Amino acid sequence: MNWLVNNWPTVWQALWSHLLLAVPAIALSFVLSVPLGWVAYRYRWSRFVLVTGSSLIYALPSLPLLVVLPAILGTSVRSSLNVVVALTAYGIALMVRSTADALAAINTDTVTSATALGYSPIKKLFAVELPLAGPGLLAGIRVVAVSTVALVTVSAVLGIPSLGTLFTDGFQRGIIAEIITGIVGTALLAVLVDRVLVAIGWLLLPWARGRS
Amino acid sequence: MNYFVEAFAWIADPAHRTGPDGIWTRLGQHLAYTLIATGAAALIGIPLGYWIGHTGRGKGLIVGATGAARALPTLGVLTLIALFTGVGVGAPLAALSVLALPSVLAGAYAGLEAIPAPTIDAARAQGMSEWQLLSRVEIPLGLPHLIGGLRSATLQVVATATLVAYVGGGGLGRFLFLGLKTQDYPQMLAASFLAVALAIAGEICFAVLARIAGRRHHALSNR
Repeated sequence: MNWLVNNWPTVWQALWSHLLLAVPAIALSFVLSVPLGWVAYRYRWSRFVLVTGSSLIYALPSLPLLVVLPAILGTSVRSSLNVVVALTAYGIALMVRSTADALAAINTDTVTSATALGYSPIKKLFAVELPLAGPGLLAGIRVVAVSTVALVTVSAVLGIPSLGTLFTDGFQRGIIAEIITGIVGTALLAVLVDRVLVAIGWLLLPWARGRS
Repeated sequence: MNYFVEAFAWIADPAHRTGPDGIWTRLGQHLAYTLIATGAAALIGIPLGYWIGHTGRGKGLIVGATGAARALPTLGVLTLIALFTGVGVGAPLAALSVLALPSVLAGAYAGLEAIPAPTIDAARAQGMSEWQLLSRVEIPLGLPHLIGGLRSATLQVVATATLVAYVGGGGLGRFLFLGLKTQDYPQMLAASFLAVALAIAGEICFAVLARIAGRRHHALSNR
């Protein structure tokens, strides 16, 4: 605890850097995955390509991906852009499948009724399908958020600041308390981000309240 | 594009292949880490997962373990254990096994959990003992889930084994960190390509295994 008290500014700084890498990646993977997941759900032929393709991304080891991205993006190895892009790719890998599954789990009678009532495909998507898939989408993005917050730390070995810096610094200087602070801090941050998502879901999905 | 050419030239250079710091040695270390850590996780995770799945006791452990595994930063676990045990192969093996355990545990458990209750009842009604039920019904039917669990565990270990070089444990990550220290980007890129290739090779192996198990599973269900 002493270490934490004496080095609070360092930890606070690391926490903010961590959030600035994780939050854009989580938001981007949601925004990009929902249309992709919808395509996978709507057009049968694309499901295999999109779902299998995105799960292949997930098979890529994170540190090597962070090293390869600069060569593709033209960024420097220590650029935080690489981290955001890599984490977004992992987020998409998980979220496209969740989105397609959430949409596929909607009662077909409901969708058919909407079609019978004369809903256009676009109106049906926004007024019927997405609202009903909401809880499934929320569950998907919560998984993405927790794993993203944990994955950010890997970038510390390349010199990109985050809570992971507490691991590299703690290891090099032999400070066990610093590493434990990093682990606990990362876990707490994951819980915090998860709680925020649940709160957002509670506000946006009043019809799902009390069910989950 | 130039970097890619340089990286492939680095891999193609025979001088980088052999010797105590060559690609083959590091690849061997990487594979050894993967096999031993996944093996250790399987040794603990499979019996425990089967026990929980068979008896239905301690389900909370599965939920807790898989949730914690997702939130646990691998680098943190690795550096923490390395500080306690010192530089060497012990810390990486312990850390990698810990990281692989939840996936194996969840896979073994999910395989048993997914079997429809009437199937279990039918096996009991035929007079099968608990042991026969486990060995003849539950384990064969749960095999695809178990393979899925082993697959994610192996994938996770192959990926994390790249970090092991950070705490002095060797493996393919060695080239990556060496390149980082000497500002030799092509070498870092070459190491990354090798690590990615290994991960993809692992994926393919498990896809084949899953297909074989799936076919057996299909044959069993139609019996």
